[in-house]
Amino acid sequence: MSYLDTQFDDNIIIAKVDDLFNWARLSSLWQVGFGLACCAIEMMATSASHYDFDRFGVIPRPSPRQSDIIIISGTVTLKMALRVKRLYEQMPDPKYVISMGSCSNCGGPYWEHGYHVLKGVDRVIPVDVYVPGCPPRPEALLEGLMKLQEKVRNESVIKKSA
Amino acid sequence: MKSEEELFNILKTKFNENVIKLVKQPIDPFIICDPLMINEISLYLLSNEELLFDNLMNLSGVDDANGKSTPIEGIATIEGGTLSVYYHLESTKFRHKVVLKVCTPREKPEVASVALVWRSADWHEREAYDLLGIKFLNHPDLRRILMPYDWEAGYPLRKDYANPEFYHGMKVPY
Repeated sequence: MSYLDTQFDDNIIIAKVDDLFNWARLSSLWQVGFGLACCAIEMMATSASHYDFDRFGVIPRPSPRQSDIIIISGTVTLKMALRVKRLYEQMPDPKYVISMGSCSNCGGPYWEHGYHVLKGVDRVIPVDVYVPGCPPRPEALLEGLMKLQEKVRNESVIKKSA
Repeated sequence: MKSEEELFNILKTKFNENVIKLVKQPIDPFIICDPLMINEISLYLLSNEELLFDNLMNLSGVDDANGKSTPIEGIATIEGGTLSVYYHLESTKFRHKVVLKVCTPREKPEVASVALVWRSADWHEREAYDLLGIKFLNHPDLRRILMPYDWEAGYPLRKDYANPEFYHGMKVPY
């Protein structure tokens, strides 16, 4: 018998299923280990020790089938857009998308003459949070993640929040 | 170390009418050559013991847009004129450099491949093919390199290129 067992014998904690699920989900948002351009360097910096994405439970996973979020970090070319869509479709529900940086938000500097660039990743997959910047600082990406956590916190098992 | 006049004279005596002229300008004078003979000229430049151009520093395609231009709904279509390929060569032993240029008609752009002379030309020629549609004859693997393999809208760096409205159901313009 450990100390905790002797202190809280035969106790029941009552919580709402929504709260429990949401707390579990928002505390372990595993991301697809996937980057596209210069934003990916900033995303990696966010994962590294100084900004430490892991303290929010964000760990890069090597497979989309083990992941909860995908951070579209960089320019989505038309050639890549088909692959991005496939990666997104391979992720299990519930799944979330963070669009990071001007390129994946709206095409960024390629909006007019980029014959090869998709003008916003939201043309192929639904985006939950847009992080502006070119590229965004790690603080901005963390802010975007916390916005997503806020969104997950207010979800319901019965209906997914808008 | 040889000057561009010396190099031009060496090539002119060897290949006479296939080496067309030397264009002098302050930076990088260039020698205009026959597009279908460029592979043999290149092999000579590489293997001659007094020249030894062993380094192809760059190979780039250019749309000269010097044909007849007719504007249709804002985007000009160009008929006639030429597409060009520039070759920047260097000898790592003698430290001399030379620029070659070939011009090929826009309607049937064909240039002999130098991919078997310098291996670095392989991807450069694929890029010029991908973006400008210049066919490199006898290239070992002439496929698109940057654009999707199923890209059917043409060659994006041509001056009269128009982007498609849709690609695989995705809207392309902003």
